[in-house]
Amino acid sequence: MESDKKIYFYPKWLRIWHGINAIGIILLIFSGISMNSGVENNFIGFNAIVNIHNYAGVIVSINYLLFLLGNLFTNNKKSYIVKPKGFLKRPMKQAYYYAWGMFHGMKAPYPLSEKRKFNPLQKYSYIIVMYMAVPLVIVSGFALLYPETIIDRVYNISGVFLTAILHSAMGFFISIFLIIHLYVASIGKNPIENFKSIVSGWHHV
Amino acid sequence: MILPFFKKHEKEIFIKSNEIRHIERLHKTVIKNEKNNQFKYIPMNNRLFLFIILYCASLSLKAQYYDDPENHQCLKCHSNQTYSFHNDLMDTEEKRLMNPYYILDTIALKNGVHSVFDCTDCHSYEYTSYPHPANVKLEPLATCLDCHGGDESFATYQFERIQEEFQKSVHYQVYGDNFTCSKCHSQHTYATTARTSSSVLEIVEYSNNMCLSCHNDMKKYSLVAGHENPEIVDIHNWLPNQELHFQHVRCIECHTQVADSLMVSHNILEKELAVRKCAECHSANSKLKASLYKYQNLQQRAEDGGVLGVLSNDSYVIGTHQLPLLKVLSIIIFLAAMAGIITHLIFRILKK
Repeated sequence: MESDKKIYFYPKWLRIWHGINAIGIILLIFSGISMNSGVENNFIGFNAIVNIHNYAGVIVSINYLLFLLGNLFTNNKKSYIVKPKGFLKRPMKQAYYYAWGMFHGMKAPYPLSEKRKFNPLQKYSYIIVMYMAVPLVIVSGFALLYPETIIDRVYNISGVFLTAILHSAMGFFISIFLIIHLYVASIGKNPIENFKSIVSGWHHV
Repeated sequence: MILPFFKKHEKEIFIKSNEIRHIERLHKTVIKNEKNNQFKYIPMNNRLFLFIILYCASLSLKAQYYDDPENHQCLKCHSNQTYSFHNDLMDTEEKRLMNPYYILDTIALKNGVHSVFDCTDCHSYEYTSYPHPANVKLEPLATCLDCHGGDESFATYQFERIQEEFQKSVHYQVYGDNFTCSKCHSQHTYATTARTSSSVLEIVEYSNNMCLSCHNDMKKYSLVAGHENPEIVDIHNWLPNQELHFQHVRCIECHTQVADSLMVSHNILEKELAVRKCAECHSANSKLKASLYKYQNLQQRAEDGGVLGVLSNDSYVIGTHQLPLLKVLSIIIFLAAMAGIITHLIFRILKK
């Protein structure tokens, strides 16, 4: 054992899931922006971009099942359970730490341990992304892949149009999450520590 | 009475001229009947009386010739699968099948742009007898430009320019003058859907049915082309979401040279020149903006810029339809997130 304490934080299935998800979602974001921008891309044609988006979407969706099953059958699910006690207080405290405390010698209020994989703020944002935004983007994505399944009109508005808006709004939300996710991941012992952990599985405490 | 494209005084002229024709016709019928019924002589004052009655009747008829097809002299046969007549030669009542190409859709006829005209306004009056005399079938019928050409009241429709464009098209190149306007635009039932409809889907369906009436019909296609029609679905196999494309864009979107100043481009191109690049439509400067979405009633809503403007539009094409509000909002959120991250990063570096 090394001098500083290491915990085996991320099991193999989770790291594989995370890796596929990362590559898939990055592809989806770039192809999605490219399609929606309406800027003609001569380097990779529109058709190819659509194909990339479709394939990446299907892979990320199947991968999402892996995430669901993993959380169903392993202890990982515990990380996603929110306690009613201090429902708002706890994430606020964490936010205060990020915004002020960490620059003023404050210790992390919820240090990670075997029992606590995510700090409260992290937990909340993961829950919102993984159990709300991602399912919505998957469902609306498949609907757009098979547009004939979409309701023709909702009142006087095209159903396809509404689905497309929902899909791109959720996609945008996930993109913003990704940016913040990557940045916050750089707040560790050193900026690349957390990135190493998600690859190796071991987290230095 | 509906005369959508005539000005008020022109409408009146049309109605009047139709009334006069109608009276003339009724008058002829009376004389005929006189012969048949052997009323050799009707006193002049009686004739006048009859004329007044007929005139009043004709007023109430106005131009609604097709209100009652079952009793219309032509439509009682030409709107049915079968027709009956008295065979004078054999002295028998006969019932026969109507040639399916000569059966008219009376509802479409009544809603068509030419519903103010009776059959014999264009077709020979001799058609009113049966069997129709053979020679009338060889009589030239009026072409579209005979009525619509050089007329100021039709100037907005630019019939002459349509003719010019059409003569460049593959239809004219292959079949020459035999390819008349009516090959696509049935004079009987044509409606100006693209100008009047506020639904893209409706415009698309109406327009595509014009093409499909031949391109999906072996007999009518071979009449012009001299060979069988290629299968539409097969030759468009390369197109992703084919069915969806067919429902939401018109054939002419890809198969014509779009002329910006014309309502509908009539220069149908050879198949080699058809659009095959996705980005021609799926881009910010989409071809569709100059064609399908350019109709004022649709365009006003599409380019309104407001949420409601775009939301009420009927179609959604990636790249061309965006909500400006959401676009601005997403840029603000993105910049805010980036600003937050950069500020945080600066403090991290400074406080290290």
